[in-house]
Amino acid sequence: MNDRDPRYDAPDSPRSVGWVEAQRVVLASGDNPFVLESGTSLAEVEVEYETYGSLNADASNAILVCHALSGDAHVAGWDARAEQDERPWRSRKPGWWDAMVGPGKFIDTDCYFVVCSNVLGSCYGTTAPASLDPDTGKPYGLRFPVVTVEDWVQLQHRLITHLGIERLHTVIGGSLGGQQALEWALAFPNLVDRCVVLAASPRLSAQGLGFNAVGRHGIMNDPAFVEGDYYDGEPPAIGLAAARMLAHITYLSEQGMDNKFGRRLRSSDKPAFGFGIEFEVESYLDYQGRSFAERFDANSYLYITRAMDYYDAAARWGDGDLGAACRRIKAATMVVSFSTDWLYTPDQCRELGATLLRVGAPVTYLNLPSPYGHDAFLVEIDMLGPLVRDFLASDQGAES
Amino acid sequence: MNDDNHSQELDELASLLRDHVDPDLQMHGGGLFATFVNELHHVDDKDGPLGRTSRWQDDVIVEAIASGSRVLDLGCGTGELLEHLKGKAGRLQGVEVDHDQVAACVARGVPVFQADVDAGLREFDDDSFDYVVLEETLQALRHPHDVLHEMLRIGRCGIVSFPNFGHWRIRLYLAAHGRMPVSHRLPHQWFDTPNIHHLTLRDFKAWCNDNAVIIDRAMVLADGVVRPFAEGDNLHASEVLLFIRRS
Repeated sequence: MNDRDPRYDAPDSPRSVGWVEAQRVVLASGDNPFVLESGTSLAEVEVEYETYGSLNADASNAILVCHALSGDAHVAGWDARAEQDERPWRSRKPGWWDAMVGPGKFIDTDCYFVVCSNVLGSCYGTTAPASLDPDTGKPYGLRFPVVTVEDWVQLQHRLITHLGIERLHTVIGGSLGGQQALEWALAFPNLVDRCVVLAASPRLSAQGLGFNAVGRHGIMNDPAFVEGDYYDGEPPAIGLAAARMLAHITYLSEQGMDNKFGRRLRSSDKPAFGFGIEFEVESYLDYQGRSFAERFDANSYLYITRAMDYYDAAARWGDGDLGAACRRIKAATMVVSFSTDWLYTPDQCRELGATLLRVGAPVTYLNLPSPYGHDAFLVEIDMLGPLVRDFLASDQGAES
Repeated sequence: MNDDNHSQELDELASLLRDHVDPDLQMHGGGLFATFVNELHHVDDKDGPLGRTSRWQDDVIVEAIASGSRVLDLGCGTGELLEHLKGKAGRLQGVEVDHDQVAACVARGVPVFQADVDAGLREFDDDSFDYVVLEETLQALRHPHDVLHEMLRIGRCGIVSFPNFGHWRIRLYLAAHGRMPVSHRLPHQWFDTPNIHHLTLRDFKAWCNDNAVIIDRAMVLADGVVRPFAEGDNLHASEVLLFIRRS
């Protein structure tokens, strides 16, 4: 049965990459373990990834897309295995950046070879807390090592090497994906020609750390959590839904929520004088929380938000000095913030742009007007798309 | 450059006034107005419309800057100058506040930082550029004094261009009409003009003198011709381009 949302390009549309199937590759095994930033190592790492378009003869057209907290490797097109892989939501919607990536689209798969991999610890095919620990034969749960943005980038490097790519035409991402893009330009300055950082800064603010802490608190105090060993029973869906509801508010803006919901009641003109779902905004968040809990693993949520907390580009590469860190960067960089984003605010994003200016790197920084808050990088494709397309086509500052 | 012979300028202005008023209508109130309006538009066309479409300044700048220089363009518009400098300059950077113009810079492939020049340039270190350009922007700034000092802090050399409100037609227009000059080159009415700090070439020279700023070189657009500054240009130049530095 076809329950596809008609707002999206259908699989047979010339603007869609069509039906796609994710691929998996083992990138770490017994004799080649993956050593993490924390010092621990994983003996087995498998990565799920998708690619669109073709790598050209000199492998110079590769674009790495980095996904955000709740994202996955499924950037564009329609998942041919949505039902078999028990990802039914993918039957209704294409990949998370389908409006941006495809034939003739802003990241044009007729020109570029686009790669995206699911990050280590996420729950969409890459090794994660739900994976079986080879030592015990049981899911890792909280015995899974803490992973970082740096680890993700190192693992992505293994992946592109496996794919025969030496250097990236562009690395691009929004939010936590933007931090990966930045980390790429810092960790592999000679391998990145262009870096696009959307709605992301070199580190999360104290306010952002606080939101993540509350989200994890809800999960870890859900009675079903049982120290992360819930894989035999019911998952901590209530805690995960609450975490998502809170986080979702941080992805919107005050203006955006007012525009979308206002103070409207859900079903009548009069209050019911009770604690059921009264306001439309409550109904919306309730739906967002429940549907997220159905498709996401609570342990993965803990690990990924922790990686987001720990990331600090200045601490990692500049001994606390962002300027010293940015001096490493050789890529031409574009930083884009959104006017109502209060998770990675325009000021925080601008600071990254300004620091790149100060160290003499070619940088483009823009603050786009949008009511969509942090989510704007996924929503404002009409405004963002042409900028990305033009930046990809430019030769500014790119190492030749 | 020293043209501050004000009495000579006044003599010349008087003769221009005689020349450009139809003798038959001199005693007749309305004729003075009509003659000036026609004359203003006629000469204006020779110098082309004001703004980013006819950038004689770009040619002068591209020719003047040394290869490999670091160039910062404040209020860079759509990035036209920066594009012309590709391949010649060592480092290019634009600053522009308007979103559409910033997008146009991205389309041209020039790096641009979206910021309001008037709000300060703290992002830039001292002496971090060889040239800092302020093309046709000075008169539209809220804080021109601060921005001029900032550009000379950031750059070794400042390149400034602006329309010269001391041009004789503008002066006569105001004298004759008693209204703010409106022409092809300066098409705005007083209530919608972006030009909020009108200045003349002489004003700018006085500012440089008062602020210990040296003018190394000056080019003017006068009667449709781009040429080095000459005496009397406060009366004849419709646009000026100056290379300045700290003394």
